[in-house]
Amino acid sequence: MTDTTASGRRLPDRLDTPLKSAVRSWETLLVLVAIGIFIANSIASPYFLNAWSLSDMTFNFTEKALIALAMALVIITGEIDLSVASIIALASTLMGLVLNQFGAPTPVLVLVGILTGLACGAFNGWLVTGLKLPSIVVTIGTMSLFRGIAFIILGDQSYGGYPRDFAWFGQGYVWWVISFELVLFLVAAVIFYVLLHHTNFGRRVFAIGNNATAAQFSGVRVDRIKFVLFCLTGLMSGITAVLLTARLGSTRPSIAQGFELDVITMVVLGGVSILGGAGSIIGVVLAALIIGLVTFGLGLLNVPGIVMTIFTGTLLIIVIALPILWNMWKARQA
Amino acid sequence: MNRLLKTREIWLALAILAVIVLVTFRFPRFSQPANLLTIFNDTSILMMLALGQMAVILTRSIDLSMASNLALTGMVVAMVNAAFPMIPIPLLILGCILVGAALGAFNGILVWKLDIPSIVVTLGTLTIFRGLVFIISGGAWVNAAQMSPAFIQLQRGSFLGLPILSYFAIAVAILVYILMTRTPQGRAFYAIGVNPTAAVYTGIDVGRTKFLAFVLSGAISGLAGYLWISRYVIASVEVASGYELTIIAACVIGGVSIAGGIGTVAGALLGALFLGVVNNALPVIGVSPFWQMAVSGAAILIAVILNARGESRKGRIILKKAEVAA
Repeated sequence: MTDTTASGRRLPDRLDTPLKSAVRSWETLLVLVAIGIFIANSIASPYFLNAWSLSDMTFNFTEKALIALAMALVIITGEIDLSVASIIALASTLMGLVLNQFGAPTPVLVLVGILTGLACGAFNGWLVTGLKLPSIVVTIGTMSLFRGIAFIILGDQSYGGYPRDFAWFGQGYVWWVISFELVLFLVAAVIFYVLLHHTNFGRRVFAIGNNATAAQFSGVRVDRIKFVLFCLTGLMSGITAVLLTARLGSTRPSIAQGFELDVITMVVLGGVSILGGAGSIIGVVLAALIIGLVTFGLGLLNVPGIVMTIFTGTLLIIVIALPILWNMWKARQA
Repeated sequence: MNRLLKTREIWLALAILAVIVLVTFRFPRFSQPANLLTIFNDTSILMMLALGQMAVILTRSIDLSMASNLALTGMVVAMVNAAFPMIPIPLLILGCILVGAALGAFNGILVWKLDIPSIVVTLGTLTIFRGLVFIISGGAWVNAAQMSPAFIQLQRGSFLGLPILSYFAIAVAILVYILMTRTPQGRAFYAIGVNPTAAVYTGIDVGRTKFLAFVLSGAISGLAGYLWISRYVIASVEVASGYELTIIAACVIGGVSIAGGIGTVAGALLGALFLGVVNNALPVIGVSPFWQMAVSGAAILIAVILNARGESRKGRIILKKAEVAA
């Protein structure tokens, strides 16, 4: 976001052959890392290779990954949304509010959660595109604002007593070990894959990220697309609020604290350029899987959560730094 | 341009005054000098941190790891003090600054030599530094009983009616002011923020300048680590958790442009003071402390909307883009 114009991208004289570029692609690297961690986990813990264990593993990442899908598009256009976790807090609080004040049934709860997310996203989008403000500052502001409203409503209290059919969204299984959350994530991943890589809309998202001015002159409605993307991120945060609230069965204003950094870590690890203009949904899905595998594997080894964050933080820096070091080394050889 | 910046800070100062006056109408004792000095003292740490963050933001970067750096350095100094109470405090403070600067240099090296975007680097080190707090402490706390009396009391002493902690903030502010306005290095921070290409042509090493900004923000975080721990007399993994965004908020409210190149020491200080005054005023006028977060969020949004008006830079590009030297 901040140093977008420092250096231009160079176009190569000759493109790699499809096979060669596939081998050298970011996704291949991520697949190898994922396989490596999977094998390491299987060796390290006897409890890992088990259908139910692996099913539990998916709960570690599906909620964050749902937001990461939309966040990837936002970051590809060169913007960022730091308010996603606070949107979850506000949406969850409002769901608890309508439940406790009016005894709203499950469909209304879900609707309230999703619409709150959408409204928050639209507010972000309006500030960024309507008032032309930098998204990083706007969303730092709304990050405080949205969670702040949740704190005003709830204070140090909590909401609970969610109905049993509501809990299914976070705890239910569609078939055998396949959870509803996982199915929802896979469906969303396919939708976002098609949206980003096989539609005009997706091409425009990349065009904006590479050169917003050129895109504007080519007839791309830059502001409208950015607005839609912020709405989309809000929507996914609202959906995640439903899942998370249903899974935990209670709401506190501090719910989902720190999620935004995990989501952005997933997106960046997935090969999306933080400067905009490049990235793929497959990469983001793989990165989500890797983070899920790492945290679950470490959890089986009784590693505390705070230490796991060292692993994800280090993984983030190393995976970004390695290709750069490799290119520098190669440039020195030549 | 300069006049514009000046008026912005005057507006912010007026806003702070307005809050103080409004609260004073209901509670006359709020504006007593003693209470105002207390607010200043309470805000000292935030003011210092905001100045460090400003240096980084000026260079079009961002440092999300300041609060984690603070927690890690604070834990290190607390454990050293608990284990070796005989080490004199000034030496410990120097150690804090060095440890903090080293952590900042780690960020800076990755930004400088590998050209990784600062938001990615500091997002990583944010979690790594805080994780290290857990590892070195084993999750345990260092509490008041384990710290030496001198360690706790130093900043509580007062000189000419002002607590020592406030003098730390004043000293940092003066040093950063001199650095920013009277030295080539300080001007370089602004130069690469306003126009990195032009800065390269004038012979400024963009990467090295960013590196130095991170060392500065790290050193200030380290100093703040000692001050925070000795003020709240507890060192734990949770110290200053999430505070990185408050620091950035202070900068934004103070008119530091996230796009780089715009920002003043006075602005950053006033931005921090604004948050300090508001946070102090809310409980006084009977508003639940749970409103704090929403109010500071609204303040950030209003500040950025107001600041955005004066910020559009006009200028012609005469030279073509230079390849920024790594």
